[in-house]
Amino acid sequence: MELYLQWKELMRSGADVAFWQSFYVKFYQAFIEADRWKQYLSRVGTTLLVTAIALAIGVLLGVIVASVRTAHAQQRPGRHNPILGLFNAIFNVYVTVIRGTPMMVQLLIMGLVIFKTSNNYTMVGALTLGINSGAYVSEIIRGGLMSLDAGQMEAGRSLGLGYLPTMIYIVVPQAFKAILPALGNEFIVLLKDTSLINVIGGKELVYAAQGVMSRTYEQMFPLFGVAAIYLVLVIIFTWLLGLLERRLRKSDRR
Amino acid sequence: MIDVSHLTKYFGDNLVLDDISEHISPGEKIVIIGPSGSGKSTFLRCLNLLEIPSSGSITVDGVCVTDPKADINAVRRSLGMVFQHFNLFPHLTVMRNLTLAPTKLGLMSKDEAEAEALRLLDRVGLKDKALEYPGKLSGGQKQRIAIVRALAMKPKMMLFDEPTSALDPEMVGEVLTVMKELADEGMTMAVVTHEMGFAREVGTRLFFMDGGKILEQNTPAAFFDDPQQPRAKEFLSKVL
Ligand SMILES: Nc1ncnc2c1ncn2[C@@H]1O[C@H](COP(=O)(O)OP(=O)(O)OP(=O)(O)O)[C@@H](O)[C@H]1O
Ligand SMILES: [Mg+2]
Repeated sequence: MELYLQWKELMRSGADVAFWQSFYVKFYQAFIEADRWKQYLSRVGTTLLVTAIALAIGVLLGVIVASVRTAHAQQRPGRHNPILGLFNAIFNVYVTVIRGTPMMVQLLIMGLVIFKTSNNYTMVGALTLGINSGAYVSEIIRGGLMSLDAGQMEAGRSLGLGYLPTMIYIVVPQAFKAILPALGNEFIVLLKDTSLINVIGGKELVYAAQGVMSRTYEQMFPLFGVAAIYLVLVIIFTWLLGLLERRLRKSDRR
Repeated sequence: MIDVSHLTKYFGDNLVLDDISEHISPGEKIVIIGPSGSGKSTFLRCLNLLEIPSSGSITVDGVCVTDPKADINAVRRSLGMVFQHFNLFPHLTVMRNLTLAPTKLGLMSKDEAEAEALRLLDRVGLKDKALEYPGKLSGGQKQRIAIVRALAMKPKMMLFDEPTSALDPEMVGEVLTVMKELADEGMTMAVVTHEMGFAREVGTRLFFMDGGKILEQNTPAAFFDDPQQPRAKEFLSKVL
């Protein structure tokens, strides 16, 4: 503290300071002065919350879209259900549009056009991320369901089980294990992409860094600090996902 | 038991079953042989609607299964199917493989289904494998379990699509033995097979298929001793 004030004065007076002295001063300003580290920490909470909300929306949407599209594709020829067909067409457009436009543009449209009057930028951001993620998650799930050996579905059906029970008891449990790594990856991508909601005023980690930057006129330390926090979060979650996968594989005993 | 009338099946432009009409009576053991791609599997799979016929009708026990209103699941329950690649459920124990369908369909309570499963497993000598997962079993064991899984539904007829083709030679016998026992008990069966010895011994009638047609049919003994069609002679000269 005393060192900080002392060296800061030195720097301000234009005197020659050693590199490590200015390093310390800038570090102190970026994280310690005025308890700024608390700002970062509270934004970590927001980042995790936004990720969780977006993931929940994404998985929910993904499951619905993938179920409808898979069921539509697996209908018996000549027995097409028109309601399923309608939803399939709508979901096709959804997946195509979401995957065919940049996330940044989607955020701007949601924040500045559709939810123009909302002040809760963070939640608008979370919602947008969730809708975006849903398209990708649905493709992951659909891929998992489709990639399972067709013989599994046939075996279930040949025993007299209907389409849904066969899906629920035979196809889905096997597909779930197959897609877990891809879902985990989607979660990590989502965690990092929360930083984008900053463009519509969402208040997460990057926002904290911006606040500090505008007060201290120093960019390097806040930005590197935020990068380090993301990195640590990603490493922790990657490790946890690895644990989960290994546990599932062990319970498999195959 | 089964009536097939003018059954035709296309895959795209490819005519795979060409106007087949046939009748299978209770207790018959039909063996189906023929060159690769002749439509044997497709014929069998049309019977329980794993493939949807392009035209023609199939009647199982008086129920017209090709009628869109037919309860296909009920028909499939009465036709057990055994696949070349077993298709056991790898995420379930052997016991669950056998009890899943009977319990989920409400045909038996869990206890009844398990007792029945143990009885069936005992019958094929695999009672001690009840709590294993399929991944731990040999091919012959898997196929025997696939057979009893189908039997657990108490089917009226069994369909076998090359049940021993994916097995190591030393395991073929144990599966054929189970099938022979089943035949001796009077089960109606349709078996696509390359095991000519089994066909001759167990079959009551043999279909020789080629180009989507049942080109020739006879008792197995008569067919093997004196095939009529040139294509049948050619086929037998290659496989025997
Ligand atoms: N799902 C499918 N889609 C398109 N074509 C198919 C399909 N299933 C089978 N066929 C074609 O139909 C024809 C008959 O196939 P099928 O499997 O009935 O022959 P098979 O007599 O059982 O032959 P194998 O002895 O090799 O098992 C083949 O030409 C095959 O390529
Ligand atoms: Mg075949």
